[in-house]
Amino acid sequence: MSTPREGREVNAVYEELRARPEFSELRRRFRAFVFPVTAAFLFWYLLYVVLSGWARDFMGQQVLGSINVALIFGLLQFVSTFAIAYWYSRYAGAKLDPLAESLREEARR
Amino acid sequence: MSHEALAITLFLLFVGLTLFLTVRASRQTKDATDFYAGGRSFSAGQNGLAIGGDYMSAASFLGIAGIIALSGYDGFLYSIGFLVAWLVALLLVAELMRNSGKFTMADVLAFRMSPRPVRTAAGVSTITVSIFYLLAQMVGAGALVALLFGLTSESAKALTIVGVGILMIVYVVVGGMKGTTWVQIVKAVLLMGGATLITLLVLGKYGFNLSSLLSEAAAQSGKGDAFLEPGLKYGTEAQGLAGKLDLISLGLALVLGTAGLPHILIRFYTVPTARDARKSVLWGIGIIGVFYLLTLVLGFGAAALVGSKTIAASNAAGNTAAPLLAERIGEIVFGDVGGTILLAFIAAVAFATILAVVAGLTLASSSSVAHDLYAHVIRKGEATEQEEVRVAKISAFVIGAVAIVLGIFAQKLNVAFLVALAFAVAASGNLPAILYSLFWKRFNTAGAVAAIYGGLGSAVVLVIFSPVVSGKGVGPDGKSLSLFPASVDFQWFPLENPGLVSIPLGFLFGYLGTVLSKEYRADKYTEMEVRSLTGVGAEEATPH
Repeated sequence: MSTPREGREVNAVYEELRARPEFSELRRRFRAFVFPVTAAFLFWYLLYVVLSGWARDFMGQQVLGSINVALIFGLLQFVSTFAIAYWYSRYAGAKLDPLAESLREEARR
Repeated sequence: MSHEALAITLFLLFVGLTLFLTVRASRQTKDATDFYAGGRSFSAGQNGLAIGGDYMSAASFLGIAGIIALSGYDGFLYSIGFLVAWLVALLLVAELMRNSGKFTMADVLAFRMSPRPVRTAAGVSTITVSIFYLLAQMVGAGALVALLFGLTSESAKALTIVGVGILMIVYVVVGGMKGTTWVQIVKAVLLMGGATLITLLVLGKYGFNLSSLLSEAAAQSGKGDAFLEPGLKYGTEAQGLAGKLDLISLGLALVLGTAGLPHILIRFYTVPTARDARKSVLWGIGIIGVFYLLTLVLGFGAAALVGSKTIAASNAAGNTAAPLLAERIGEIVFGDVGGTILLAFIAAVAFATILAVVAGLTLASSSSVAHDLYAHVIRKGEATEQEEVRVAKISAFVIGAVAIVLGIFAQKLNVAFLVALAFAVAASGNLPAILYSLFWKRFNTAGAVAAIYGGLGSAVVLVIFSPVVSGKGVGPDGKSLSLFPASVDFQWFPLENPGLVSIPLGFLFGYLGTVLSKEYRADKYTEMEVRSLTGVGAEEATPH
């Protein structure tokens, strides 16, 4: 088992890690990404749901043959979901993982 | 060979293959980490497929294709909510949970709280959500056998439910998380393969021109262009404001429920690191996203090629749209034999789908009974790993038996609302507790208990007094549209989905419970924060 033993000693390790500038930076970078992006995609999704309920004339406008605004809007939700997932994985790989890794190294010593 | 015999043969092949994999997995299942979390040794890609397998239920496959085939665009609203929900899991939950938890959802909640009350609450909620979801799938299995094989007798349905129940118990008891994960992987591959094949054939029929498929669907539906627009099923003009608020309520429950579903949450423990948990969610999003795009074509394809009237005549909820489409497109492209083969294949895939999902649910709930309720509440952390796993296996038998009995009992009831209710409960009780645990320093035991019981309770109480339980009147077939007979009416809550009210209530209960209690463990939050973000002290994979 890799779980550290309970007690003061363990907590001191966590206290020490938390006090390091790398940790503050890791937490800042993580929160600076996930909070605004979560707010944005929830807004974008709810906008879509609200428009589906209240703006039916707009949603029903045909754009290309039988393809209407509602279908394009719905497909854009797929596009945005894929894009955010990809964006986050790039961001986490470049900005979060190295910091987390160096803190784990620190903890091992 | 008739399509019935062929479907049963294909399904038995699936059962044979998955049982083989389960027995093989059982030989590698030695300790509790193997049983609960597959030794944390699955790769991100494998777990991504398994996430898809756990998530793409019969409600997604048959249900959404059916709603689209009968009510057009509105079915798509479901798909989008189900997919976007994964961003909540990806950004806020998956990695942090992998780093701070061990086997169950409650591990994260109990991290810095008094374990007994929090684990009791989390166990109750896990079992409630899983039983709702299980029941919907079990009843679906009974209905499916009637639809596909024309076996409408009560005993045939009951026998199907018993068979599905026994198989799911075997997967869980014999194979644990390893066996169950392989069942999910095989099912996901089959489901994606089947859906892709039918989609390509349908698109090919229309020269890969989506617009002409859509206009044909609109024409065949008898509803014209309205078929391609929102508003035929949810929030119709006739339902007025309540209908539109119901649409928002459903949308909220779908998007916030996924990251609180216990059988989904335990998937994050099956990989070696938080990074793999992230990657497996990325795989999952890719697979699930493509699958919902395929169901769009399946639904509209069924409307265009089979016709909404034929589908509605076969099953009022449209659940046979995908199998009927498979038969029709097979006939068109390959002749009668092709139709029979494709119908049999899709029927077998549908059963595999149900079987995999119920196995995942049984595993999640029996894990919670053993690890949360037995080991930590009853034995106060004194139980050995062997005792825990033994209790988990016994629980799988009991939960399976309960699901079989309830499934048979509920056979005649209209239980379609149960999946949406499971999402609403997960979003109202589990999600607030998880998010507060991970992000709010002040959060404490009273807050966690209040969020779970408050969110769960308000969701269930509101549903009891909603139109889905009573007071919705009778449908064109003379049957009650609610759970209770049309003569019973105690409905006062206007929405069918409680999410719009119960989700904010869950967060509010969690907040009030926290600030009204003095408990404040800053030291444990430090540990949780460091551990969840860096992975220091996180559970490691067992080497094999």
